[in-house]
Amino acid sequence: MGVGIEVQNLNAWYGNNHTLQDINLNIPANHATALIGPSGCGKSTFVRCLNRMHETNPIARVTGVVRIGELDIYSDAKPVEIRRRVGMVFQRPNPFPTMSIYDNVAAGLKLNGYSNKRSLDEIVERSLRNSALWEEVKDDLRKKSGASLSGGQQQRLCIARALAVDPEVLLMDEPASALDPVSTSKIEDLIFQLKSQYTIVIVTHNMQQAARVAEKTGFFLNGRMVEFDSTHKIFTNPSDKRTEDYITGRFG
Amino acid sequence: MTRIRFQQSLEDLKENLLVMAGLAEQAIQRAIEAYRVRDLSICDLVNRSEIAINRMERDIDQAALDLLAMEQPMAIDLRFILSVIKINADLERVGDAAKSISDRVRHMEQMAVADLPVDIPRMAALAADMVRKSLQSFIEADAELARGVLTMDDAVDSMNRAAYKSLTRVMEEQSHLAPQALNALMICRSLERVADHATNIAEDVIFWVQGADVRHRKSIAKAEARQVQ
Repeated sequence: MGVGIEVQNLNAWYGNNHTLQDINLNIPANHATALIGPSGCGKSTFVRCLNRMHETNPIARVTGVVRIGELDIYSDAKPVEIRRRVGMVFQRPNPFPTMSIYDNVAAGLKLNGYSNKRSLDEIVERSLRNSALWEEVKDDLRKKSGASLSGGQQQRLCIARALAVDPEVLLMDEPASALDPVSTSKIEDLIFQLKSQYTIVIVTHNMQQAARVAEKTGFFLNGRMVEFDSTHKIFTNPSDKRTEDYITGRFG
Repeated sequence: MTRIRFQQSLEDLKENLLVMAGLAEQAIQRAIEAYRVRDLSICDLVNRSEIAINRMERDIDQAALDLLAMEQPMAIDLRFILSVIKINADLERVGDAAKSISDRVRHMEQMAVADLPVDIPRMAALAADMVRKSLQSFIEADAELARGVLTMDDAVDSMNRAAYKSLTRVMEEQSHLAPQALNALMICRSLERVADHATNIAEDVIFWVQGADVRHRKSIAKAEARQVQ
């Protein structure tokens, strides 16, 4: 099951560049939450702070509190453990090109020392079913490489890989921006199904997509969270003029 | 400012709706004038403007539909386009009401003039004022002015009820005046409808400007109070 995310006074820097400033918000469990805002506003940096990916950059720095469920990720846990609990899917699908479909999904488990073959088979199948890819690849699991799939299939393979390690939170950084409309629909349907089991945070430039898949939406601007509210409110009657100007295309 | 073409299209849509509003407002004023002076040539003008209004209704709906499909508007732009579609329909109905009044005037022209216990010009002035103010609130995006229109509707409703009472009494007690009374009653009904459409337009302006849905407040509150009891 998904868990809620609590963010308090989160600040992030790249060198001297203060990219996130005093972010406070509560992301509800088992919901999809969309983050929108112009390029460079800090939304991707924000999601990378939710699984300590931000600090993989040597000039990056973070202060503040992020709790995934009860876990204070900057005090109580190692980054590897956090990234198991908080999966991530990126803009461009990035399957391991030389690995088979099966090994792509099982990679995270094997990395964590998982070796029971029968159990691995079950998890790979369940993950591929949960990512709505099983029916399309079940006959080629070991025959085809991840790179041989279409872009949309590769992205669902990456989602299966993230799901295989049984995370509680799934972060998606523009997961459909490189996909065609049909593949995009599949990813959106998938998000809709997955949120009953996982907490989903999705960064998107596509506002219709945010409106379609998310119950909550946050608007970032210049490193600050300008407004966080129900998606319905944000897209029909936002409280802040800056949010309205952005979503109606009056600036950007 | 980005999406310049889209913003221009919204301006065009507003301008076209204002042209339509001008036609509808003129039609109702002409219909009232036709009643006042019993001039059938004015009735012809009302009929002609109804055709133009109907044509504009279709054009405006098409333009609004195109913007919804092509631009996927959000927030205030989405509310604006939805309001335009609804106001458009209300203006077309105002045009229908004007035609209906002018049809009654034609009938009355063939009858003897009767002194009926109803002040149609006063009711017409109030309904026309509501239309004018609701459209002014649209032009100026003024939700407060629109709220003022909502408070005027009760007066027209009560004038319509009073007219119903007094005119049905005429029909009962002076049956030779029944045709004139019936026509007057139908004109009152049309004016009451015009006031309702002005109210709808004002509600749509409030929705566009403030995002607040103020429709059916009284009836919903009444129904909820009944449920509590």
